[in-house]
This record gives sequence, structure tokens and C-alpha cells, in this order.
Amino acid sequence: MAARVRALETILTEKGLVDPDAINAIVDTYETKVGPRNGARVVAKAWVDAEFNAWLRRDATAAIASLSYTGRQGEHMQAVFNTPETHNLVVCTLCSCYPWSVLGLPPVWYKSPPYRSRAVIDPRGVLAEFDLVLPDTTNIRVWDSTAELRYLIIPLRPQGTDGWSEEQLATLVTRDSMIGTGLARVPEVA
Amino acid sequence: MNGPQDLGGQMGFGPVNPEKDEPYFHAAWEKRALGLTLAAGAMGHWNIDESRHARESLHPADYYSSSYYEIWTKALEVLLKRHGFVTDAELAKGHSLGKGAEPKRVLKAENVAAVLAKGGPCDRPVGQTPRFQPGSRVKTRNFNPQTHTRLPRYARGKTGVVEAVHDGFVFPDTNARGQGENPQYVYTVVFTAAEIWGEGADPALTVSIDAWESYLEPA
Repeated sequence: MAARVRALETILTEKGLVDPDAINAIVDTYETKVGPRNGARVVAKAWVDAEFNAWLRRDATAAIASLSYTGRQGEHMQAVFNTPETHNLVVCTLCSCYPWSVLGLPPVWYKSPPYRSRAVIDPRGVLAEFDLVLPDTTNIRVWDSTAELRYLIIPLRPQGTDGWSEEQLATLVTRDSMIGTGLARVPEVA
Repeated sequence: MNGPQDLGGQMGFGPVNPEKDEPYFHAAWEKRALGLTLAAGAMGHWNIDESRHARESLHPADYYSSSYYEIWTKALEVLLKRHGFVTDAELAKGHSLGKGAEPKRVLKAENVAAVLAKGGPCDRPVGQTPRFQPGSRVKTRNFNPQTHTRLPRYARGKTGVVEAVHDGFVFPDTNARGQGENPQYVYTVVFTAAEIWGEGADPALTVSIDAWESYLEPA
């Protein structure tokens, strides 16, 4: 595959259709600038700032843009809040739709047939493979991203974090907790 | 189309196997494949729906044995050939053999940040008012087009409840074929697992899709 991609880049560059430096800039953006730290900041702010929380529920795209997270595959955002009764899980059964602006590029498993096929029919089995076992009484809602809305899960704030700053809280917010295949990390007891 | 991409509820693919501390890329070529796909797309000769349709039109055996960046690359070759930018002979040789189609624009490095930050919003105004409201009971259509659609097979002919009415969005089923954006309202429709999966379904599970208005009929 390496040779095939190199050939394609060579042809397009020779024809002046792509600029290799533009490709470098794209790669650099998604390797170093956009990633789940963005989403973690959104979640932490939603935990501590009631006004932001309400804005996120009302107009997630604008609320998230206020933290300057915008752009490709985050044009139309919706925040989904976990509750003690209902756990939410995001999938794209038809391709690999994922909120790039807040989570960065999706992991391989998110784009692969095992997750895409099973998330909608056997979410508890899928979650168990992420070491997340929920009580049978916990409702599970699966969001299949079949259109252009991109979903960011707001996990429950862990107990034992009273008085924590946004920055401290953000360290507890994992990528998987914002997809729904995990929970926010529980702080270690000192 | 009922292609290899339509995976919801399919069986036999095994465990998910999440990778701990997974890197963004597993090989250097994956970086170039990502960049090439975005940079070529920025020429403006095809839309995201045509791209998705090119990917799902790979032969199922090819689709399932390819990684996602392989799928992207193979579909990009199809799009570039379809729109006159490269030929099979050039792909075989690995070099340009002459001039092809003229690009509308070429993405330059200095514009990458602005282009990515702007993205490609696909909400559009729709003339009439939405046909359904939150709480409306709706039934999804049962159709099997050979062309692109975003109504997955597992959710066809099923009855659910509209949870949210969204803006109008470009209609992929026509946009993928160059037949226009034809924007329609999009609805989040929630189904019980019992409605979709029948016997033995998890009573505490619900599944939602985002459906364009013409996928839905009153129930």
C-alpha cells in the first residue's frame, strides 16, 4: 500500500493537483493540533459551568465553537448527556462519521466492522470488551450517526471531584468516555 | 445501496479489540493517504456523498479485507479516474503521462488551516415547514436502491418516534449522483430494540438514526 499511495501522490504532484506541503499541513493538524483534549475541555467546562452546560444542550455547535473548536467533521455538533439511568453510545454503522473537531481522527476499531456491526445489536457485549459492564437495568441508547450531525457524549462527572478545577477535571475525561465506550476516570484516592 | 458498508446487525466479524494508547497512524503511508484524500477533495470536483458512495462501491471482499485508509485510497483512485484527473496507465506507471482535467482549485499549504477550520457545512434552508414534530410516530420506508442512501437496512420498514427535528440538510441520495442537493429536514428517530431486532431484544436498549424527511412516513 505504501508504494500505491506514493505513486498516487507523485502523479497528483506532477500534475499540480496537490501540494505536498498542504498534505504535510493536514497531517500536522490531525497529529498535533486536533484531538480528544479538545473534547475533554468541553466536557470539563460543562461539568463546572451551568451556563455553558445549558448552551451546550441548546446549541452544541456554537457552544463548542466558543472554545475555538470548529471545522471539518464538527460543523453540526450535538452534545448527549449521560444520566444515572441512561448510558449513551455513538457509532456510524455506514462509514466512520466521528466528531473530528473535538475528538480528532477516529481509532481503527471505531471504523472497523466488528464495532460498526455490533454496537447497534449487542452494545452490552461491545462495552464489556472495553471493560465496561453496566447493570442490566441501565438503559442504553445507541446513536447511529447516519446524517451529518456529530455526537459528543458528556459522561457523568465522577464522584470525589468536588472543588476540582476545569483543568484537573479534563484529565479524567478519556476519548472513550466521549464515544460512550468508557466512563470518565475516577480519581485515585490520595 | 445494500453494500458492504451497511454493517448494522451483521455478524461474524469477531471482537472489537480496542488498541491501548492507539497512535493516530499505524504507518507513514496512512498519513499521506489522509492528506491526499482531503487535498484532492478540496479541488471541489466531488462531494462527501459521492466519496462515501465510491468507498461503499468497492467489491465487498475488497472492502472487508481493506483497512479504512486503504478503502479511502482505493475510492480516491476511482474518483480521480471518474473525473478525468488520472488514468489507469498513470496509476500503473506511478507518474503523470500528460495533462488531465483542470482543477477548480488547488489547496495550498498556507490555506490548509483556514479550509479545515471552515469545514463543509451541509445545512441548507428548506422552504416548507417540517412534516413531523417531536413525538410523531413514523415508519421508515422499505426500499432497496442500487444507489447511495443513508437509511441503513436494519432500520427500514420500522416504526419509531421522532425525538428531534433538525435543520434542513443536503440530501445524500441525490447529491451523491450529481442530481442536486435537494435539502430536506433531518429527524432523530428512536426505535426500541424489540422493533428492530425482534425476539430476545434487550428491553433496556433503544437505537436512533438521523433520517431525512423522505425516508419517513406517518405511522
